[in-house]
Amino acid sequence: MTAKPDKYDIVIVGAGPAGSITAKTAAAHGSNVLMIEKRQAIGDPVRCAEGVSKPQIKEHIEPDERWIAAEVKGSRIYAPDGTSVELSEDVSGAEVGYTLERKLFDRALASEAALAGAEVCVKTRATGVIIEDGFVKGITAMHLGEECEIRADIVIGADGVESKIGRWAGINTTLQPSDLETGAQFLVADIDIDQDFCEFHLGSAIAPSGYLWVFPKGNRSANVGLAIGGDVCSQGDRPIDLLRNFVEERYPNGKIIEIVVGGVPTSGPLEEMVTDGLMLVGDAARQSDPLTGGGIINAMDAGRIAGEVAAQAISEGNVSKARLQEYETIWRERHGKRLKRSLAVKNRFVTMNDSDLNNLVHSVEGIDFSTMTLFEMLKVLVRKNPKMLLSLRKLFV
Amino acid sequence: MIGVNRYKCGYCGACVSVCPIGAVELVETWIEIADDCTECGTCAGVCPIGALEVLK
Repeated sequence: MTAKPDKYDIVIVGAGPAGSITAKTAAAHGSNVLMIEKRQAIGDPVRCAEGVSKPQIKEHIEPDERWIAAEVKGSRIYAPDGTSVELSEDVSGAEVGYTLERKLFDRALASEAALAGAEVCVKTRATGVIIEDGFVKGITAMHLGEECEIRADIVIGADGVESKIGRWAGINTTLQPSDLETGAQFLVADIDIDQDFCEFHLGSAIAPSGYLWVFPKGNRSANVGLAIGGDVCSQGDRPIDLLRNFVEERYPNGKIIEIVVGGVPTSGPLEEMVTDGLMLVGDAARQSDPLTGGGIINAMDAGRIAGEVAAQAISEGNVSKARLQEYETIWRERHGKRLKRSLAVKNRFVTMNDSDLNNLVHSVEGIDFSTMTLFEMLKVLVRKNPKMLLSLRKLFV
Repeated sequence: MIGVNRYKCGYCGACVSVCPIGAVELVETWIEIADDCTECGTCAGVCPIGALEVLK
């Protein structure tokens, strides 16, 4: 660590996609930015299934083969009884297209932030926020075992599912267990799978209140993982146990070359994402999609908006909640409605038993989804299952 | 108290997100439980790998 000033315009806590895009954007708009990361290496360990949609990622960064592990054409959804429906790439929404190599992807984004002028400091963990006159004025942190104070006009919490920044500043970010998907994933090597398709498996035996995924990762390998509702997780039936069962049966000769664990917020976005001198982005603001669990694009979008608003607020000398609120308003305009729908579908989905799920998939067997969006596909499901999905009807007219 | 099996833990932070009083912290590659922990066990419940338990 080189000598750094102890005062910045903006300090960003966490160097995942949300943090790096925020840092890059704010720095590019002229702010004096520091991004800290508690780990000693950005991007590692991974806590992600690594699937993203191609067009959506392209809105934020030029695809680079160094961080693209595989490309897929579509996905197949399997009912508990094995019946499947096939979706083309653009139908599956945010979850398919590329399988990323997050270790390299996150590093590339952090490099872009650095090239835009942001300072980056790893192995530096926020331990609290400094609040003066009702405004967040910086953070206390520990860097390589030494306590320090970092002052900033705006603090941005991009500190992921385990976020503390919001909590420290008085925003309640605690998740109920039912609002968390708890998951495990193996990177399984040397297996025969269709590298062109992602798989999603439903069912109470496989992944209660969640789903299991198989995302091709190229070269006879795949991310095989599952997530279940935090409220249905119990000793002996934890994600790691359920995943081991599935992989042993399905890929008896596969070799597990990485174990990933993690939690995904499925509560829907926080009711407030900003306060005086503070903003939350990405998983810290619970912006991941409650239905799919996808969070990368929503987080990057938040980072771009937050970075712009923060830089403007700095130049105007007004970092009040009312000023920073612009970020939240714009983000909600873009994502609010869709995520509200996702939350409603998820809330209905977790109450379904296997027979309901089978009926759901049977109802759309043979329908050509190749030109439909996820929204349109859900609309068809609601139309075909008026009774079962009655509560969702208003959202899909 | 809450026992953390560091040999099992994948330090993912899922437990941190559900603690009602913010007593759980993911430091870097380990979990710390603060003294004000009420032993409600919510953290242990959601662990994907079973690394936490309420010790009687």
